[in-house]
Amino acid sequence: MERRQPDSRGWGGAAYGRWVIWHLFRAWKDAFYFVFSVNIFVKMYEREVSGVKQSGFWLLLSLGLTVFFFTASPQEAHAMHIMEGFLPLHWSLFWYAMFLPFFFLGLRSLARVVREHPDAKLFLGLAGAFAFVLSALKMPSVTGSSSHPTGMGLGALLFGPPAMTVLGSLVLLFQALFLAHGGVTTLGANGFSMAVAGPFVAYGFFHLIRKAGGNQKLAVFAAAALGNLSTYVVTSFQLALAFPDATGGVMAAFLKFAGIFAVTQVPLAISEGILTVLVWNWLVAQPTRELRTLPIFQREALEK
Amino acid sequence: MKRNGWKTNAALVGLLVALVAGPLWLIKSKDFSGADAQATEAISQMAPDYRPWFEPLFAPPGSEVESFLFALQAGIGAAVIGYIAGLLRGRMERERTRGGSDQ
Repeated sequence: MERRQPDSRGWGGAAYGRWVIWHLFRAWKDAFYFVFSVNIFVKMYEREVSGVKQSGFWLLLSLGLTVFFFTASPQEAHAMHIMEGFLPLHWSLFWYAMFLPFFFLGLRSLARVVREHPDAKLFLGLAGAFAFVLSALKMPSVTGSSSHPTGMGLGALLFGPPAMTVLGSLVLLFQALFLAHGGVTTLGANGFSMAVAGPFVAYGFFHLIRKAGGNQKLAVFAAAALGNLSTYVVTSFQLALAFPDATGGVMAAFLKFAGIFAVTQVPLAISEGILTVLVWNWLVAQPTRELRTLPIFQREALEK
Repeated sequence: MKRNGWKTNAALVGLLVALVAGPLWLIKSKDFSGADAQATEAISQMAPDYRPWFEPLFAPPGSEVESFLFALQAGIGAAVIGYIAGLLRGRMERERTRGGSDQ
């Protein structure tokens, strides 16, 4: 755990401004970069279609990014999945057993989506990339700790929850293998909370709100936000089952873990809802033929 | 037709920034450590005898490398999104110049 401790604290009262700017910079570094690269790629494509080939562009871009990343400030780990080795073996196996059926369901669902809507592959990439970016954005929250959005809502709405189970698992695997964030032994549990519970809750709420006559954008927002929240409620439940309170049992332990995760997560859930609505707005502003082939837009009108 | 929602979007972005920046201004005594580190602490209180039985296969050596890897993850994702954004925009323009071949 020493690795996760910040290396320089005692700055003293005079350094408040520097402290705040420091945290602002760290939290938004990735977000700034995100906007920056989106811009570059849009411009790049516009140049492609206008006929001017930019062959050295990739090289230049990757060079620039490397410099950017290496000069970027150090950052302590902010995270929220169950850490490697922190679930007893039997619980680890139990959650793998709960998770794997959904994963295989997801593989079949993905194969079907690709077969039936080959043009929609582009949006599948978009949904996966969205989840990939969002789970790297560690945001500060009102409790004084940090956590990250999951990005599961968007893909769950576009392709259905099982497809997102697969994409979410890939994100989790990447973070477990290369970032020591989450873990291989806890992948089943983390997969169940983030890549199963999240997408299914998001999908369920979207259709519930739409059936109740709610506004489409409100439904997108609520789906993404509640999908995010549900991930952490499930995580708290998983930890409570594995580590019940000595006196209060599972329920007391659940409240304790939920206090840690879910409260931190509320503002982040709202953030994720907003981000998802922004991407949604951008999607429906470009109603290409491929977008209309997506299952959701054959049921839903494109509301602008 | 295309740009009439920009005010809503701008408001949403503003809200988003406020949500992230707000805690930084309001809370000054905390170090914004990860919620999972706090959960780990809670575990050690509730089950003091528990020892993690598995270590991460690979842990980034130091916060610099970890930060790099997190930024890389965001970067890869952002690159894909950016590519698709450009592609969609190009297709949209093409559909439009062809006189809106569908609908």
